[in-house]
Amino acid sequence: MSASFERGVNSFREVMDAPIASFFSSCVHCGLCADACLFYTETGDPKYTPIYKLEPLKRLWRQEYTLLGKLASLAGLSKPITDAELAEWSELVYDSCTLCGRCTVACPVGNDITYMVRKMREGMAAAGHAPEGVIEATRKTIEQGSPMGIQLKAFLAQVKGQEEETGIEIPLDKAGVDYLVIMSSMEILGYPEYLGSLARIFKQAGLTWTVSSEAFEATNSGIQIGVSDIAREIVLRVVNAAEKLGVKYVISPECGHAFTALRWEGPNLIGRPYKFEVVHVLELLDQLRRAGKLKTVGKTDEPLTLHDPCQIVRRGGVVAEPRNLIRMVASDFREMEDSGMYNWCCGGGGGVSANHRAEELRFTVFKRKKRQIEGTGAVTMVTACANCRNVLEEGLERYHMDTKMIGLTELVAEHLKEDEQA
Amino acid sequence: MSDMELLLWARGPGLQGAVAVFVAGMALRLIEIYSLGRKRDLSPARPGNGGAGWATIITRSIPHKELLRTTYLTYILGYTFHIGLFVTLLLFAPHIQLFRGVLGFGWPSLPSPVVDAVALVSIAALFGMLAYRLYHPVKRFLTTFGDHAAWLLTMLPLLTGYLAFHHLLLPYTLMLAVHILSVELLLVFMPFTKLVHVATIFISRWYNGDMLGHKGARL
Amino acid sequence: MKEQETLAEHLRRQGISRRSFLKFCVATASLLGLPPGMAPLMAETLGKVRRPSVIWLSFQECTGCTESLTRSHSPTLESLLFDFISLDYHHTLQAASGEAAERAREEAMKANYGKYLVLVDGSVPLGEGGAYSTIAGRTNLEMLEETAKGAAALIAIGTCSSYGGLPYAHPNPTGAVPVSAIVKDKPVVNVPGCPPIPLAITGVVAHYLMFGALPELDEKGRPLSIYGETIHDRCYRRPFYDQGKFAKTFDDRGARAGWCLYELGCKGPTTHNACATTKWNGGTSFPIESGHGCLGCSEPDFWDAGSFYQALSTPLSSLDKAAGVAAGAGVAAGAAIAVHNRAAKRAAKAGHQAVTVNDLEK
Repeated sequence: MSASFERGVNSFREVMDAPIASFFSSCVHCGLCADACLFYTETGDPKYTPIYKLEPLKRLWRQEYTLLGKLASLAGLSKPITDAELAEWSELVYDSCTLCGRCTVACPVGNDITYMVRKMREGMAAAGHAPEGVIEATRKTIEQGSPMGIQLKAFLAQVKGQEEETGIEIPLDKAGVDYLVIMSSMEILGYPEYLGSLARIFKQAGLTWTVSSEAFEATNSGIQIGVSDIAREIVLRVVNAAEKLGVKYVISPECGHAFTALRWEGPNLIGRPYKFEVVHVLELLDQLRRAGKLKTVGKTDEPLTLHDPCQIVRRGGVVAEPRNLIRMVASDFREMEDSGMYNWCCGGGGGVSANHRAEELRFTVFKRKKRQIEGTGAVTMVTACANCRNVLEEGLERYHMDTKMIGLTELVAEHLKEDEQA
Repeated sequence: MSDMELLLWARGPGLQGAVAVFVAGMALRLIEIYSLGRKRDLSPARPGNGGAGWATIITRSIPHKELLRTTYLTYILGYTFHIGLFVTLLLFAPHIQLFRGVLGFGWPSLPSPVVDAVALVSIAALFGMLAYRLYHPVKRFLTTFGDHAAWLLTMLPLLTGYLAFHHLLLPYTLMLAVHILSVELLLVFMPFTKLVHVATIFISRWYNGDMLGHKGARL
Repeated sequence: MKEQETLAEHLRRQGISRRSFLKFCVATASLLGLPPGMAPLMAETLGKVRRPSVIWLSFQECTGCTESLTRSHSPTLESLLFDFISLDYHHTLQAASGEAAERAREEAMKANYGKYLVLVDGSVPLGEGGAYSTIAGRTNLEMLEETAKGAAALIAIGTCSSYGGLPYAHPNPTGAVPVSAIVKDKPVVNVPGCPPIPLAITGVVAHYLMFGALPELDEKGRPLSIYGETIHDRCYRRPFYDQGKFAKTFDDRGARAGWCLYELGCKGPTTHNACATTKWNGGTSFPIESGHGCLGCSEPDFWDAGSFYQALSTPLSSLDKAAGVAAGAGVAAGAAIAVHNRAAKRAAKAGHQAVTVNDLEK
């Protein structure tokens, strides 16, 4: 079997639902979504208007799911979509959309464009129009367990490294504990200190936890490429491991789409609720803070700003938590212009960072983030998504900026009260 | 056909036909949309956001300052036109008589010169929107025949109403007939053009708010 | 009344001063839209005019138009002018009856062939071969066609002869039509109104006598100068309309304060007539001044234009049934497309082949 136009169109037919029909019906072509999308604002090219990225899906809906549209196509007044069109739209659907959801909160008639792009990707992938880089990441996730090809051996090496670094034992495959910690491959590879930070925080708070040798990878390329069948397989790894260990909570790491995959899409992908709860690490840390179980000393007086990861903040509902935590350890926290619900994407979410084809475009649209950072005058930028962090670091390097980056969990851990650790 | 006959037709069979097409079209479109169904979301919702869908129906009307910066003209024109249209439609005494006749109840009207001025502003805003549509790269890029048709369908009732009120261009009886006919044309096409957003905007906003609210995003 | 008497002599004999006649001419000139300077000339010209022969045909009518002219509270100049014309046939007013009456008409036609005026009130029934209304055993249609043949011009007095009027109203059982539907080869001027303003009738006659031609007409065949503006245009209550002040009932505060009667069904905005300026009963008032909305009696189809008490902007027929039927049709069509859509989605689901990593490329 292989990808085909027919399979793609079949997927389009499958994903069509009442919200999509309502959204397409409501669009008045006002173009406000373009002003909300950094791919338009930074390039000035109208083809990047979010709603336009859905044009083939819209046409199929009209032709096949509306009475008048059916009559019009019977009369030969509207042409069916073609494979060539889908090929043309691949760039719009994958390269120039990070599923950041800013258009969704901007649309005056209330169209959830992001929801529709996610659905459209189902058909685009089935039709063979997903970008090579994203396909590659997906293949590695399925075949090797992680989009970056990280294997268990490498993960265990990092666990060991952090145990040595912190002097705290990190439990592996320990059943009956409260929390299961998973990581994104970007963290395992580039920011393993996240795990050490958590170990120290958990110790201070007195929580029981474990990592799993069967499910250490949190990311889900199936969500990014837009194939539910694959996304289901990946999310099931975590679900099976967590339910086997009998944990009460799985902690979604500092990774935006991993949170979306596990927290929001997962139960729908596997068709049932979990036997555990999913919490984002920032939610957990803020809970501990409120309960007085997270004790820090001192505050950094460095000017510091926050990049809101779209999937965690705008599309995840974790808005206040990162701010509470930053204020706990920093005295000069500066909000970016357009922060929180209206923050601008790093430019690399939704699979764009894995999509080599989109690299130049990604750097072009980074100019928005550059302006935002410069506007704050901050020396350090905090974020809570390893993918954002990686994309931001690449952007900073490209534009020769010397802004430092740090993960929020790591920042909090830096200020943990020492005497209660041992 | 004399202009009086045209007026009588417009107030009688014409209106009946237009309302019939409008009602049938709206029923069709709404069933068409809702019958596609929506999967129940199995992920546990964040608590405390139950009414997010309903709230968004209202709150989405208020543009956030973050979004206003580059797009204020669209908002200003859109707001001006829509408010003008609703004031003209709902607060002009003869229109209220129409609603009283159809619905069985009415409400107080605004002084006619006020409605007159508002209608003029609304017409100006609508012309502004057309100009902006032709000028703005994104709007121009997105524009289809349907957008211009919808513009014309909306403009005609406002313009003919204004001309009729001021006894301009055509004899009043004829202009009144043309005015009513233009409204009927609008009713007939409303369900089948983007103008259906008069109804689906509530559905879309509800879905949007519900989906974001489920995840706990507060707007 | 001597045959060769001029109008001036006739009026003098009736004790009407030249000053009063001049006043009549001023009123007529103003109604006809002539410059004020024309009044003395009109008085002079009209004064010299000799009695014209007029044949008045009454068909499906109520005699209200004749009443309007003749039954004024006190003798008026209008009625005196009316007296002056040589009314050779008018079966309500003439003394002769039966064959003598018909003979009078035929003789007048013969004597003044090509010069006489025909005034008509009432509509002409065409149904059942015209049997609904006959005079001396002849249908109205026959009589009209025959009389019109030698006429210089025809003046349709009242809404019935102008536009069909009451007999023409739905369902028009007699097949009534206006004069203009039958007489195509002679000038016809419509002087609608139920009844028309007396001065409008005499004004048109005066215009014909003075200029030997009919006044300029609008597209509905009415003298432009008399019917050029709507009641609403000239209504003294118009400012209340503009301010949005409306009487809601006939005895509320608004009604007592003289507010606009639009919401009580006044048809002033679509009615072309001179009532608001010329007024009735010797300039006393007109309906709106008496607290009642205009019925629109001088417009075509006024009997079918909805209730007299229904505002102009409201629907003429109930929308409930149409909307109900349409809702049913819409729901049915919606159900059909819904069944189709669900089947299409089901088929797509059934046709779904699980996508694996090996299916991502062609």
